[in-house]
Amino acid sequence: MSALPTYASTGQKIWYYGFRVICGLVFFFLIAPIITIIPLSFNAENFFTFTPGMLALDPEAYSLKHYQDFFTNSDWQQALKNSVTIAPMATIISVGLGTLAAIGLSQSHVPFRRAIMAILISPMIVPLIISAAGMYFFYSRVGLQGTYLGVVLAHAALGIPFVIITVTATLVGFDHSLTRAAANMGAGPVRTFFKVQMPLILPGVISGGLFAFITSFDEVVVVLFVGSASQKTLPWQMFIGLREQISPTILAVATILVVFSIALLTAVELLRRRSERIRGVSPR
Amino acid sequence: MQKSDDAFVVFDRVQKSYDGENLVVKDLNLSIGKGEFVTMLGPSGSGKTTCLMMLAGFESATNGEILLDGTNINNVPPHKRGIGMVFQNYALFPHMTVGENLSFPLEVRKMGKSERETKVKHALDMVQMGAFANRRPAQMSGGQQQRIALARALVFDPELVLMDEPLGALDKQLREHMQFEIKALHERLGITVVYVTHDQGEALTMSDRVAVFNDGRIQQLAPPDDLYERPQNSFVAQFIGENNKIPGKVESLDEARGICQIRLGSGELIEATAVNIRKVGQDTLVSIRPERVEFDPERMAPDWYLIDAEVIDVVYMGDIYRTVLRVAGTDDFVMKTRNTLGAEKLPRGQKIKIGWHPEDARALNPI
Repeated sequence: MSALPTYASTGQKIWYYGFRVICGLVFFFLIAPIITIIPLSFNAENFFTFTPGMLALDPEAYSLKHYQDFFTNSDWQQALKNSVTIAPMATIISVGLGTLAAIGLSQSHVPFRRAIMAILISPMIVPLIISAAGMYFFYSRVGLQGTYLGVVLAHAALGIPFVIITVTATLVGFDHSLTRAAANMGAGPVRTFFKVQMPLILPGVISGGLFAFITSFDEVVVVLFVGSASQKTLPWQMFIGLREQISPTILAVATILVVFSIALLTAVELLRRRSERIRGVSPR
Repeated sequence: MQKSDDAFVVFDRVQKSYDGENLVVKDLNLSIGKGEFVTMLGPSGSGKTTCLMMLAGFESATNGEILLDGTNINNVPPHKRGIGMVFQNYALFPHMTVGENLSFPLEVRKMGKSERETKVKHALDMVQMGAFANRRPAQMSGGQQQRIALARALVFDPELVLMDEPLGALDKQLREHMQFEIKALHERLGITVVYVTHDQGEALTMSDRVAVFNDGRIQQLAPPDDLYERPQNSFVAQFIGENNKIPGKVESLDEARGICQIRLGSGELIEATAVNIRKVGQDTLVSIRPERVEFDPERMAPDWYLIDAEVIDVVYMGDIYRTVLRVAGTDDFVMKTRNTLGAEKLPRGQKIKIGWHPEDARALNPI
């Protein structure tokens, strides 16, 4: 919205400022709960509240002991280790299968492509608890319940829709005469894919991968069903922590995850800009 | 079309259908000699691009054979055909520099680094773009990208180069300049070029032979001057250059001399060259080029047929006068006269007598 014109009526002026207030409130409502946990995680007490000392900005009231707890407690360390093994593996599977699916489904001659696309996207639409319960019964039958592989596959299934959606979006802007040009110059399909198509759709692949990673990284419902105690991930540990002992260590973990997510989202945004730059170049 | 033994590219009874019902290309027979510049010219949807795509290998022929240097290439994938191609939108790889773009086909051929560099440099110099090796396609104008695309199609020394409306996106002046350059490259390198365009000017100025496409068939395959001077049917006459057509009926036919007499709708009888006239009494369209029509009695031979005409409009176009006349019931008959010293604009409504050499009137099939 541009600056208020000089001829604005009283009503327009009220709306002009009122609109800004509403936007501010919406923003506050979204951000406040996340912002609050950051100072709380530096709490010197074992409570979820702002102590008088904290409000007075007394350095004594702040400490890093919850962070210390996170990095020393074996439960948390086990959960962290599980999360950082499961999420990358699930991401690799999601990216590999999702990218291939997106490329395949972008070919106009594939029969039933809309139906196939809908099926592949469904884990994102079906309520998570349904997917989780379904996976629980299915994985129990095939002996995957309570295994790392089971959790990885379950998370990969949840991540694939993100990869398909982002890669499909990138492919819309992909100029197919480029693959023809590559073939014409003597490049076989494999070389054409890795040298021409892949570099150009890479931003879509990477942002899809980041979404898949985040999905696996903060997923709690499916892992509760499909995993067992030894596949306990960070969100699972946080969930248990909230239920059993309310320790501000959860807040420390949450802060770390928020910072981590912001870093990832920044990466996504930078990639998106790069992709737009490359897209803008494609001659047409 | 004769299939000569030294033909480099041969389409032999090729048909193409995308949906299994409608033929986009119906019975295509064409042979192209080594070193020839052949243009496929036609309106959109005439099948010319489909033919080029079949030759490049991006579309497969439904029926018939395509031969390259005597070998059937119907089942050879595009990347094994070794044909250079310039695409309509250039299809330069945006993530690579110009040098990398040109190097790509050479890397595919596992050529050494120093040889690649020499070839890339040579190809860029050929299109006067030597200083641009480190630019990216996005940093160049359309004309520059066009030259790079041309260099990339030539860098691996293909014997056959296909061009799919490569100049379509350029402005008129640049287009004319590039036509000249492409033609010069063709002559210098001795390559065979198959060029697709819908621009007849482009086709006439560049080609050794032009194949005029319409409705999935080649209507006429001939050198540019033949195509313009001696169109074999009404479509070609209409499509190439400006043309007057007067409907009439064949009154008599002298097959030995190739001459027929035509009774026009207005009752006049004229003599014309019989081109695709089969029998007396059939309908015909007589085609006459506007610049072959005369109204000045001094420039007409005594044996010419004269016809009454009325001036409807005259447009001064600098080098010529374009006069629209009412002739034999049609009022879109055009006469082009040179703007010579002392030439004057005919006043509207003036009644004049026009005439032409009987050879310039060609009796063709009705559309």
